[in-house]
Amino acid sequence: MTPLMKSMLLVFIGGVVGSFGAVFLKLGADKLSKSIRSFLNIRLAAGVALYLGSTVFYLLGIKGGQLSVLYPMVSLGYIWTLLWSRLFFKEAFSRQKLLGLCLILAGVVFVGLGG
Amino acid sequence: MTTPGTESIQPPPAPATARRSIALVFFCTLLGAAAQILFKIGSAHFSLNLIAAATNVPLICGLVLYGGFTLLMVLALREGELSMLYPIISLTYVWVTLLSYTLLGEKPNLFKNVGIAVIVIGVGILGRGGRK
Repeated sequence: MTPLMKSMLLVFIGGVVGSFGAVFLKLGADKLSKSIRSFLNIRLAAGVALYLGSTVFYLLGIKGGQLSVLYPMVSLGYIWTLLWSRLFFKEAFSRQKLLGLCLILAGVVFVGLGG
Repeated sequence: MTTPGTESIQPPPAPATARRSIALVFFCTLLGAAAQILFKIGSAHFSLNLIAAATNVPLICGLVLYGGFTLLMVLALREGELSMLYPIISLTYVWVTLLSYTLLGEKPNLFKNVGIAVIVIGVGILGRGGRK
């Protein structure tokens, strides 16, 4: 495996892990009450742990690769999150969400190309 | 379940996204941008060595900012759709690019400028669509 492919794979895995982090944060957020104690729930802890895990993959990935390729890979996480939102929280795929997301991905690709 | 064609004539679903949540995520992106700049500095010395990681000051500062980011993000997610709020985080790219122009002295170029403009438009469309 070439170093770039290895970096891309690390960043890709980081994106998938991070998107599950977002799912668990949402699950935890839905369980919050007015008390501060409600922040100590297993879902939020899992979300934070997944985020930390994704950060390790991300850091190892960007260490050895060009950001122009890796930046757009990171933003793939938005696609996974949209899928999980639909799957786990029954959120609608509206036209605005899809159009907005496509523009965001295109924009990130451009930022990467300029880097 | 609704199909896309019938959505507009039905009452809006209950968990639409509150304006306050959008504002919170917006603030998160500023924290996230600062954290990313610090991570970029810290990643030069990063390895899977616990002592090296624990004494990496930019990395630790970045993590602390990410802690604040996560807390605010959770508060935002209480009153909003994940699919609508999460992509707003992409504004972080806009701030990182602008900060890299001003702080790191990177040269602006057409690709980057078009990219950040397109991201802003994308977030704008997303925000208009999901807002209550």
